[in-house]
Parts: sequence; structure tokens; C-alpha cells
Amino acid sequence: MAIERADPDPVRSEQPAVVQSLPGPYVRSRRRSRSLGDRIFEGVTTGFGMIILLIVVAMVVALGWEAWPAIRRFGLGFLTGREWNYVDQFGALPYVWGTVYSSFLALAMALPISLGVAIFLAEMAPLPVRTVLSFLVELLAAIPSVVYGLWGMFVLVPLVRQLELWLFLHAHFIPLFSGPPIGFGMLSAATVLAIMIIPTIASVSRDVLLAVPASQREAALALGATRWEAIKVALSNAVPGIIGATLLGLGRALGETMAVTMVIGNIGSISISLFQPAYSMAALIANEFSEATTNLHVAALIEVGLLLLMVTLVLNLFSRLLVRRVAITGAGSHVKG
Amino acid sequence: MKDVSVFTPAGRLLSSGLVSAVYRRRRLMDLLMTGLAGLAVLVAVVPLFSILISVAIRGLSALNLDFFTKMPVPIGETGGGVLNAIVGSGILVGLGTLIGLPIGLLSAIYLAEYGRGRLADTIRLFTEVMSGVPSIVVGIFAYAIVVRPLHHFSALAGGVALGILMIPVVTRTAEEMIRMVPQSLREAGLALGLPRWRVTVSIVLPSAASGIVTGAMLAVARIAGETAPLLFTALNNAFFSTSLLRPIASLPVQIYTYATSPYEELHRIAWGAVFVLVMMVLITNLLTRLAVRSGYEMKR
Repeated sequence: MAIERADPDPVRSEQPAVVQSLPGPYVRSRRRSRSLGDRIFEGVTTGFGMIILLIVVAMVVALGWEAWPAIRRFGLGFLTGREWNYVDQFGALPYVWGTVYSSFLALAMALPISLGVAIFLAEMAPLPVRTVLSFLVELLAAIPSVVYGLWGMFVLVPLVRQLELWLFLHAHFIPLFSGPPIGFGMLSAATVLAIMIIPTIASVSRDVLLAVPASQREAALALGATRWEAIKVALSNAVPGIIGATLLGLGRALGETMAVTMVIGNIGSISISLFQPAYSMAALIANEFSEATTNLHVAALIEVGLLLLMVTLVLNLFSRLLVRRVAITGAGSHVKG
Repeated sequence: MKDVSVFTPAGRLLSSGLVSAVYRRRRLMDLLMTGLAGLAVLVAVVPLFSILISVAIRGLSALNLDFFTKMPVPIGETGGGVLNAIVGSGILVGLGTLIGLPIGLLSAIYLAEYGRGRLADTIRLFTEVMSGVPSIVVGIFAYAIVVRPLHHFSALAGGVALGILMIPVVTRTAEEMIRMVPQSLREAGLALGLPRWRVTVSIVLPSAASGIVTGAMLAVARIAGETAPLLFTALNNAFFSTSLLRPIASLPVQIYTYATSPYEELHRIAWGAVFVLVMMVLITNLLTRLAVRSGYEMKR
């Protein structure tokens, strides 16, 4: 135990301490003098690491290959077509709309709440409270989406239906609140999605805020700032990371399948109304894939999946790079300060 | 201090009431924002408690011995269980673990012990990106590489889908756990003349074992609840099956089919199955929390 404590900070140190503490010759001759076992072990583990790269690439290739008949047949018209007749016409616009609209509604609901949670966890809560709340937020992220779906169907939708009925009676002249107040539809889907992406956005934003050096807040406080003003200073430094967290949440919402399928109503429609039953890309795949019979139908469904894959890949890459930037600059200036 | 300050410019400004009004507004803003952040936390955890409570109330009443030991009964009859789905889930998750755990663990060893430079950074980035790929897309991938060549839906395809989903979860947690092992332990091993791979296998991995195991349990809990990738790989099966080459039932898919059916009795069983899933998630998360905490203590 004493030996372990003597170690300064094993996780943070970039180079293993072995290399740092041993004299030069060891480092220089390391490559040549390594035993056969070492080289095999490193080779095997590296190979397994590369499987991860391979899988991601293979995913894009395989889906592109399988979707090719539909891509060749419809081209860009796939994205603008509204007819999906199971035989020779496959236009994905209503489903793209359902996915995009529900995800952005969810983002609009989840973003302020997630930021509040992140700020509370990173800047305000005392440690024991932070530990408990972090656990609860993690739990929210770990609950399977089919559980959200079941809860959505039997607990949330009846509540949403009440709200919709009331709004319908008092405010149906507003386009957002027109449409059938049946509960199943855009509003329920967006609400479930919002609940599901809050943990993602909140926990990444919290990590980003924690990566902003404390010296910045301390400087603000020393100048007589209130706590909120000091937090604002930290927030302004965390903006790229928070954007990254938001994109991550968006990616999650776009690809979410079960919970949406169970509450969105599954009727392809393009409407601004919150009450309108709609259909999302992922829900379409979930409902039709196992029963698709013609090759073109399967290819069209896979093309929908390919679209989801490409969008989420780009969103994830972009957001991870943004989050990393904050983490790196944050950690760097922390060491200097 | 107070009587002196009136004679200084700043003091006069303060006592003029102008600054104090500004200050009061700033204080108010501070309070307001603290309140709003607290409110946000409240709003975020209310659904969690709503889910936990409704699952506990509706799920617990559906559970009995028959639930775990009997096959589903025809619609219209009450009682029966989901034995085939429980066994199916066990097989699918076992298969997924068999595929996902070795790949995840070995790549984590690479990242933690050798992972510097561009290749490692790329793999780390791809691991993160991979965990953001929608699970239904992973299902399509498994369909393309397993169902297509074999020409029929199978438990094997479902297992492959779950295995792929498991990889990034295992890699990330295991890398973290391996990095937590104190550097001094590695140095001690090297000082005794062990080659690096022996240090990793005989010293580092056993030290990180409890963390890795709980991380793996977390990953198992995650894939056990996955539904979307199974819909068109493992499909579903109304009968008892343990064959890897035939469609197989699973708890999450059973929950979905039961929930979307119009029968009260099936809804009841769906809630029971959800209770089982949620308890699993709850317990593994608690255990992971404890393991991570003891890991940090080891670090200190």
C-alpha cells in the first residue's frame, strides 16, 4: 500500500514512468532487445485493436453494398420522395422528417435541462450530493430503451393525452397544437427522447466543465464576481465541448429506435403539429425489416439505415473532436497554471 | 471601515445606492440561476423515479415462479411464463459476450499498455464513435454479414449484433481500469526481470480484475436490454429453442411484442419482464460504482 501511495499520479502521466525514470540506453535499445513474447503480445493486442477500425469500415461498406439497388434506382429522389408503396416506390421524406423533427424537439427540451444538471453537478453541488446525482443520471442512461418504450406507452402517453386534450380545446388555432389529441405522436416521442438524451448531454457537459481550470473561476471570484458570474466565465470556455455534447445527444436521438417506435404512432406524415402521429427512420426499419419480401424493399430499408449510420458517424466524430479539444486545452492550462 | 468609506470616491459611490442596486441585482441573478439549476436536476430525475416506481408496482405483481419456469400460454388463458425468452436471452447474451469481451478486452490492453501515437488515437476515437452508432444499424450490419450468407434468421446473427455492441463499452471501461493500476506495480515486475507481456498478464490484469469484471457486467447489462438489433437477426420464436441456427426468443423482443399487443394479460407479463431487466441494470450499475470507487482509492 505504501508503495502505491508513493506513486505520484500514474493515470495522468503520458509516458509510463518506466521509460521516464530509466536512463537513456534502455529507451534507445528497447525496440531491439524486446523478447519474442513481447513482440507477439503487442502484435496480438494491436491486431484486436484494429478489429474495431475494421468493424466501423465494414459497417459502412456492407450497408452501402446492400443498399446499392435502392441507391441506384432512386438516387437523391429517395430523400425527397413521399411515397412508400412497398413495390416500386420508396421515398423516405416522411420518415426523415419524423426523425429530424422529433430529435430537434427533444433537443430543445433536453438542452436547457441538461445544462442545468451539468452546472449543478460540476459547480454547485457538494461532493456527496454530486455522487448520488451522478449515479442517478448514469442510471437514466443505462435503462434499456424498450423500458422507456413501455413506460412511455402506459404512463407518459396518457399524461400527454390529457395535456393535448386541454391544449386542443383552448389553443387548437395554433398550428403546433392542431391535429388529433390522442397521445401517441410527435409530442410523446420527443418527450421520451428528451428524457433519454439528458444523461448524455448532461454528463459530457459536466466533464467538460470540470476540465475547465479552476483558476479561471478563482480569478473571477477574486475580482468580486458572484458564483453565477464565475460559472459564466467557465461556461464561455466550455462552449465547444458543450456543443460537442449536444451533437452527441442529437446523434443518440436520431438513432433511437424502440422507445420512439412504441410512442410515435407509426403513421408517415409531414406536419408541424405536435399532436400528429408520425414515423421515424429507425421505427420504419424496426417495423418493416423482418417482413420485407422484395429485394428492393430490403435495399430501401437498408439505405435508410445507411443514412442513419452516416449521419451519426459524422455527428459523433465531430462532437468527440470538439469535446477532446476542451479536455486537452483544459488539462494543459491546468498543468501550466 | 463604514464611516471612513464615505469619504473615499468608491465609498461614496457605494453609499449612493446606485452600486448597491446593481449588486443586489447580481445577487438576485446568482440566486435565480442556482434555483434554476436545482430545478433542472429535479426535472431530470422525476422521470427516473416515475419509471422505477411504475416498474416496481406493475412488474413485481407479475412475477411468480411460473414466470421463470413456464412457457407462454395461448392468448386468452392467464398465467404462463417466459421461459423460452429467458433462456434465449441467456444464449444471445452469452454469445455476444463470447464475441465482444475478448475483442474489447484485448484492444483495451493495447490502448492502456501500448496505446500511444496516431494508430492508438484513431482506435480510441473509433471506439467512441462506434458507441454512438445506433443499435438498429448494428442489427442491419449483422443481418448483412450473417443472415444474408446463411439465408435465414438465427440466434447466431443476434449474438453477433450484441457482441459488436458490447465491444466499445468493454474497451472503454477496461482501458480505464487498466490505467488505474499503479505504475509502481509494473516497475516492480520489470525490476524482477519479467518481460513486459508477463507484467501485463500476471500483474496488471489481476490487479485490475475486479474493475474489468464489473465493467464487463455493465456491458452485459447493456446488451441484455437491447431490442432493436434483435428484431431482424434473432427474430423471435414462440417455442423453446436452443439452436444457434434458428430464430430464438429474447426478453426485450418479447417485451416489445407483448407491449404492442392489445391484450391486458400480455401487458402484465411485459411489465414483469421489464422489472427483471431494470433490476439487472440497477444492480450492475451499483456494483460498478463501488468498484470504481475502490479503484480510485487504490490509485490514491
